[in-house]
Amino acid sequence: MAHHRFEPPIDKAAARSLRVGDTVTLEGTLYGIRDATQIAMFDRGRPTRFDLRGHAVIHTAPNVRKVPVSPAAPVGYEPVCVGTTTSARMERFTLPLMRDHGVRLIIGKGGLGADSQRAFAELGGAYLAIIGGAAALETTWIEAIEDVDLDELNPESLWRFRVKGFGPLLVAMDAVGGSLYDGVRRTAASRRAAALAALGVRG
Amino acid sequence: MTLAIDLALVEETAKLLYVRALKLLPDDIKRGFDRLYQAESDGTARTILETMRANIEVAEKTDNLLCQDTGIPIYNVVIGRDVQVDGAGLKAAIRRGCERATRDYPLRSSVVHPLTRVNEHTSCGAKVPVINIDFSERPEELAIEMIPKGSGSENGSFLKMCIPAEGVDGIKTFVIDRVIEAGGKVCPPTIVGVGVGGTSDLCMHLAKLAATRPLGSACADPEGARLERALSDAVNRLGIGPQGLGGDATAFAVHVELAATHITMNPVAVNIQCHSARRASAVFRPDGVTIGA
Repeated sequence: MAHHRFEPPIDKAAARSLRVGDTVTLEGTLYGIRDATQIAMFDRGRPTRFDLRGHAVIHTAPNVRKVPVSPAAPVGYEPVCVGTTTSARMERFTLPLMRDHGVRLIIGKGGLGADSQRAFAELGGAYLAIIGGAAALETTWIEAIEDVDLDELNPESLWRFRVKGFGPLLVAMDAVGGSLYDGVRRTAASRRAAALAALGVRG
Repeated sequence: MTLAIDLALVEETAKLLYVRALKLLPDDIKRGFDRLYQAESDGTARTILETMRANIEVAEKTDNLLCQDTGIPIYNVVIGRDVQVDGAGLKAAIRRGCERATRDYPLRSSVVHPLTRVNEHTSCGAKVPVINIDFSERPEELAIEMIPKGSGSENGSFLKMCIPAEGVDGIKTFVIDRVIEAGGKVCPPTIVGVGVGGTSDLCMHLAKLAATRPLGSACADPEGARLERALSDAVNRLGIGPQGLGGDATAFAVHVELAATHITMNPVAVNIQCHSARRASAVFRPDGVTIGA
């Protein structure tokens, strides 16, 4: 159970070194990405000017406020409330995000599926769990919105945040086939019969 | 006497309730966190519950939203006796308040056209905000409850038209299997709302009412109350835990609401409420408006 402090971009070896149960804190750059962002990128061929190689993305669509451009708000947005969303909806985008854009770390809640697990193993990546519904706290880890692309999709734009002490995040899926979610699924499946029996359900 | 409703005040209240609901978690939910934390045996789960409780405090201290998901806005209006109100005007006033909360705060508008996916950045659209209107016996009183229903848990919605031969066992099995299926996607610990009986649409609506009922409340029907107690115990034996990362605290509670149904039918619906179980309400009386959870 190691703790890692990363300042992305990170290399493949760093991503592969993570194991489920480890924790990660991010410093510097973090990208925000969402359903509509990835539908635009991967189903409609929308390019982005951002270089995501080696970076971490968080599944998010933040609350933001439009403000005059300043050093604190270089593109005229300040964060209001930034958290995460259910990752499973974006399962089919993990592979192209890693293969075509070189993303190493995906942050979200609820976990990803078997295709993502394979992509982490083959390309070198990991899924980091952040706590859903704890956005007030997580917003305090965000220093600024540094840049934004695909902003016609707002709030599902492709955001570039500058973060400080973003974490701890829990490594919940790793590059060697480890998944905390698989373990919990197995536990729940094994306890199902006992739960139904306790309810008096005839088998 | 008659209570005459001022629609300008309704608009302001609808605006205020949306923002308040997003910031302040009701006391019954906070107590629910305390109860789950004390009973939790898993170390990771305890850490997650601690972070969730810390988030509630940070939201209050920094006057910020609890969760980034501003949800689908729902307004439940209950009109008592001797209340004079322009119904169409009331709905329009609520809609304006919802829109102004979104623009003025500003809140993330989470509402899009279902086919074009265009976001008007108002939290409004066709038939949204959802406005439910009901009536009560209470004299000279109009209540508005605002619920920003988060999508992670709303996507954990399921309906099964069980048949009579499946009996209550069919209902129980459906609930357990859907809680397992939903796993961490619905942001546990949750309130699992279960609708039993009615028509398909009423059954789903009952599940929503159950999911958004305050903790500590009970189903008015004794059989329904018995069923919700049994299910509450059973779902917390599954080991799903906070955020689906393992532990005891899968749900604050299972709530059941029921309605009579047809001799050939046995419908069951599940609608889940995430741990950010947000709501705010206002009661209009002759002496003024009271705001609460």
